[in-house]
Amino acid sequence: MGDGAMGTMLQTAGLEPGDAPERLNAENPEAVRSVHEAYLQAGSDVITTNTFGGNRRRLALHHAGDRVFEWNKAGAAVARRAAGAQDREVIIAGSVGPTGSLLQPVGDLHFDEAKNDFAEQCAALAEGGVDVILIETMSDLEEVRAAIEGARAVGDLPVFCTMTFDTHGRTMMGTSPEEAVQATVDFGVQAFGSNCGNGPGEMEEIAEKMIRACRGVPLIIQANAGVPRIEGDQVVYEAGPERMAEHARRCCDLGIRYIGGCCGTTPAHIRAMIEATKGSDGKGAEEG
Amino acid sequence: MSRNQELTEGIIRGDRENVVRLVREDLEAGHGPVLILNDGLIPGMEKLGDQFGRGEVFIPELMAAAKAMNAAMEILRPLLEASGVEPLGKVVMGTVKGDMHDIGKNLVCMLLRGAGFEVIDLGVNTSAEQFIEALENSGARILGMSALLTTTMNRMGAIIETIRRAPFGEEVRIMVGGAPLDEDFAAKIGANGYAKDAPLAVDRFKELHAALQP
Repeated sequence: MGDGAMGTMLQTAGLEPGDAPERLNAENPEAVRSVHEAYLQAGSDVITTNTFGGNRRRLALHHAGDRVFEWNKAGAAVARRAAGAQDREVIIAGSVGPTGSLLQPVGDLHFDEAKNDFAEQCAALAEGGVDVILIETMSDLEEVRAAIEGARAVGDLPVFCTMTFDTHGRTMMGTSPEEAVQATVDFGVQAFGSNCGNGPGEMEEIAEKMIRACRGVPLIIQANAGVPRIEGDQVVYEAGPERMAEHARRCCDLGIRYIGGCCGTTPAHIRAMIEATKGSDGKGAEEG
Repeated sequence: MSRNQELTEGIIRGDRENVVRLVREDLEAGHGPVLILNDGLIPGMEKLGDQFGRGEVFIPELMAAAKAMNAAMEILRPLLEASGVEPLGKVVMGTVKGDMHDIGKNLVCMLLRGAGFEVIDLGVNTSAEQFIEALENSGARILGMSALLTTTMNRMGAIIETIRRAPFGEEVRIMVGGAPLDEDFAAKIGANGYAKDAPLAVDRFKELHAALQP
């Protein structure tokens, strides 16, 4: 079982909306560590570093393009320290999110530039002690390829990848779950899956499609706790722990090996999801 | 296939080279720029927009078509202006303060330019004051605002309130968009329009523009 959302938890801990969450890895690592610890206490076997937007292009938007190495290494190290306090094995997944720009020919970003940015980030994550590189929330297979090649260029850590199928069951670039599995397995990922998107129901349909196409590669599912809606000035996610627990059980029965949460999920969700999948054997959840 | 159908097909396929060639040939053959635009190019964008709304095409196809459309407009714009056709109007666009996401906003900008709007794009991380300044300096009275994050979407209401307090604030027609938004949210924060995807946004901008005309 993986973990849940980081950014929204950090906001509760005082992250200014709009600031780079990765800054806290260096400037307030205790805040980051306490989020990791909350998920570890809930029972997560995999925790994900607070480095989603830690590539040079994105940090440059916060005038912090020169902090890539420092903030990613610190993000990996704080997760490693939180995990070290546990008396069980915990896997640290180094989060690598999209550049935020469209690659050529659709957009302007050159493949090699994207690859170099990803390589730089992955090198820092490896230096900080992550166990796997988790390329997340991708929409474009070219960008996935750039990220995988970037990761491979600087080390030999296992590479996992998730894409977001939020547009009529495809990514916003039009890639279907089946095409995505096919391509990323050919790129050589050790695990593939889907994260974010439009909530647990739609995610289960995506999971079924991926299972049929996965050729034995372990699959990852990290759904949002439903679609957010605004109540007063609060953002509310419609799927509570119970709904996510049911979702986890379904994914487990389908044969998904790595289940976690994305936007709107909390340690309470993860705890319920673990409870619901306990004792699943065989093709079920890899709880460790 | 007629010349106009060829143009329409060229737009749908995002075939910039062919679209530019056809437009030039049509102009040389004496066709008017208004007819080329209305009977050839715009139907292509409309058809593709419908396909996008149904999930039959995605961002790559839409971007390619928008690029072809904009290349054609580069040729037609001076001729349209010379023949007394006014530009459709000015729109100020930006992603709101605290939000650095601009793929969707850029797509809307491209489609608006293709549709004949003049777009003043303020980029990402735009404050209420920057929106007001751009509206003041450009004279534009249509504004488009984008947010991808639930946190920054929650600031749109305050930004709209600040804009409304500007001397011309009540005149401004404000469109909002972005993945976590919906119609109810847009109404609640006092926006004048919302669309769930980029081609629909262009339709709403056109309606807002038409309603502003005396």
